[in-house]
Amino acid sequence: MFRSNVLVCGGTGCTSSNSEQIIDKLNEEIKAQGLDKEVNVIRTGCFGLCALGPIMVVYPEGAFYSRVTPDDVPEIVSEHLLKGRIVTRLLYQETVVDENTTKSLNETKFYAKQMRIALRNCGVINPELIDEYIAQDGYAALGKALTEMTPQQVIDTMLASGLRGRGGAGFPTGLKWKFAAANAADQKYACCNADEGDPGAFMDRSVLEGDPHSVLEAMAIAGYAIGASQGYIYIRAEYPIAVKRLQIAIQQARDYGLLGKNIFDSGFDFDIDIRLGAGAFVCGEETALMTSIEGKRGEPRVRPPFPALKGLFGKPTVLNNVETYANIPQIILKGADWFKSIGTEKSPGTKVFALGGKITNTGLVEVPMGTTLREVVEDIGGGVPAGHTFKAAQTGGPSGGCIPASLIDTPIDYDNLIAIGSMMGSGGLIVMDETTCMVDIAKFFLEFTVDESCGKCTPCRVGTKRLLEILDKITKGNGTLEDIDRMEELCYYIKENSLCGLGQTAPNPVLSTLKYFRDEYVAHVTEHRCPAGACKALTNFHIEADKCKGCTLCARNCPVGAISGKVKEAHVIDTEKCIKCGVCMEKCKFNAVVKK
Amino acid sequence: MQKRISSLPFHDTAEQAEKLNAVIAGLKGQAGAVMPALHQAQEIYGYLPLEVQKKIADGLEVPLEEVYGVSTFYSQFSLTPKGRNHISVCLGTACYVKGADKVLDRIVAKLGIQPEECTEDGLFSLTACRCIGACGLAPVMMINEDVYGRLVPEDVDGILDKYYE
Repeated sequence: MFRSNVLVCGGTGCTSSNSEQIIDKLNEEIKAQGLDKEVNVIRTGCFGLCALGPIMVVYPEGAFYSRVTPDDVPEIVSEHLLKGRIVTRLLYQETVVDENTTKSLNETKFYAKQMRIALRNCGVINPELIDEYIAQDGYAALGKALTEMTPQQVIDTMLASGLRGRGGAGFPTGLKWKFAAANAADQKYACCNADEGDPGAFMDRSVLEGDPHSVLEAMAIAGYAIGASQGYIYIRAEYPIAVKRLQIAIQQARDYGLLGKNIFDSGFDFDIDIRLGAGAFVCGEETALMTSIEGKRGEPRVRPPFPALKGLFGKPTVLNNVETYANIPQIILKGADWFKSIGTEKSPGTKVFALGGKITNTGLVEVPMGTTLREVVEDIGGGVPAGHTFKAAQTGGPSGGCIPASLIDTPIDYDNLIAIGSMMGSGGLIVMDETTCMVDIAKFFLEFTVDESCGKCTPCRVGTKRLLEILDKITKGNGTLEDIDRMEELCYYIKENSLCGLGQTAPNPVLSTLKYFRDEYVAHVTEHRCPAGACKALTNFHIEADKCKGCTLCARNCPVGAISGKVKEAHVIDTEKCIKCGVCMEKCKFNAVVKK
Repeated sequence: MQKRISSLPFHDTAEQAEKLNAVIAGLKGQAGAVMPALHQAQEIYGYLPLEVQKKIADGLEVPLEEVYGVSTFYSQFSLTPKGRNHISVCLGTACYVKGADKVLDRIVAKLGIQPEECTEDGLFSLTACRCIGACGLAPVMMINEDVYGRLVPEDVDGILDKYYE
């Protein structure tokens, strides 16, 4: 037994800001103070509050240290761990009640409204130790399924729970399993989609980094339900930490007999292998993903036949997303009724969102379905940083849309988001303020889809390219009102005629911004003006002569030498040379540089 | 995925050629051998010159079209050499709305190369990548294994200076 446990976040965000060095330094200092028999250092998965990383929590006190640097470590060890005095200057300010009292993390605004099912073990256990997972009821659900339930009962439980696919489309998981179970074959597969391609979504990575066994356990349950003996996890090669932890987890599960032959002495065999993605957004689409596992260009196939009949290597296959799987052990253990009691009627359970963009608390949050966007953005996310105003939230990544401030009280679930022209997607939630141009953001997403379109079908390959060209024309001030109408028409054409989900949803960013921010498009076209001041071709930097003190700071910092003027005289920007990087505006202490 | 193809002349060493031959020999006749062959060839050469792709196609007896089709499909495969220092600027959504494009512009202006290019002295190469998952630190760039977060364009010069020797 250790008298103190120090949890350090080992997720990608905190690792990027040196949490590994912090762990090394902690171990070194603890040893130097002779505390290594008393204090245990644990590298956990993501705590969710990435904005404050690197994060460290010391138990039993529950002291939550934020933005820790390796240089802070000696003080934490000698003050807190040795002498028992909490280092208040490093505490997350919201947990500080007064000089001598702190409140629990779960009482802070960021965590209070959250409910963690998929993320329940992230930031709590050491993901590289199977025993810690087992201590949290890990593999009990698999044991229950294999020893107390028939495959049909497992499927019935999943159907009754109403769990819908967390990868974006929201297809009922139980139904998928039922179809695959009904098709007889000599070999079936239970696969996991960990090809998290939405820019700005990182919940699947965090689950795999923080709680890999929950996914393995759920895959084995899926295998039992449909009659599969082999599973594949298709994961992005860009997620090296998640890949490593999965490899460790699979090996440990095999060593414990929780994967492999005759699991729990039930006669059920199941094993899992990892397949690395090589970077293609379309491989998140189920048929494209299976083609890629087969070693080919990851192009989607025509459905039907659906994967439940002919999937991987032509065999019946179920494919579920990481977050979907992470919910399943709890559903088996606690029952469908428990799960249905959370969330909304048509979207039971919780959803994990990756909060990013212009928001105070960037990070990962899990809330019951039906929570309003306002609660997520303002209460949990801490709102838009001071001095700026909320303009829109983007959900669903390149397949989703922008939700304007007027709809901020919408309860979030699958159907509501579709009704307002966006979609759940995998759960990326990017907040935008008044400096984001909605035409530019639509163009940003179209650049992405043009880049990632596999090229197999014409509506997507050619259609998205034409859309991007029109958007480019508009952001350069050369568009016409007819262009806007033509673009809208083209959007519907692409949606209706594309082969797979990528093309069918690619126009959503354009359609939703047209729906809610049409005036911005019109301003670009008729007034040649970008209201947000973001489109470079329509914005010129200008120095106001009466405000300029001639301090030369702007001229010295201009990377292209576009600013001229004598000391103590007003400076001038040569708009021909200017690359519109905005450095002059940031540097000027007198607010003399303006965008026109 | 649109790919830039290197115009730099291709040189390989006898050792590299031997390794590639061994890879091809080991995979010959297997179904779905193209992807693993390309992965391993990229480890040997650092990128996938057309000459190497031709060798793989000939060696595995698959059409060059199929090899080229796979190598240009996946973003992990690079058809241009990487510099001694490889810069990836994240242009995921979270970084983009926080001004990652301006950081990228500054690097382009400073190094005089576009994304997917390498400087002539081979010191730097540049890519604009999709989400590296460090959205909490946005905007983010990576140079080799080092991550730099919460960037503003004027940070660029100081950071790049560390890599000139």
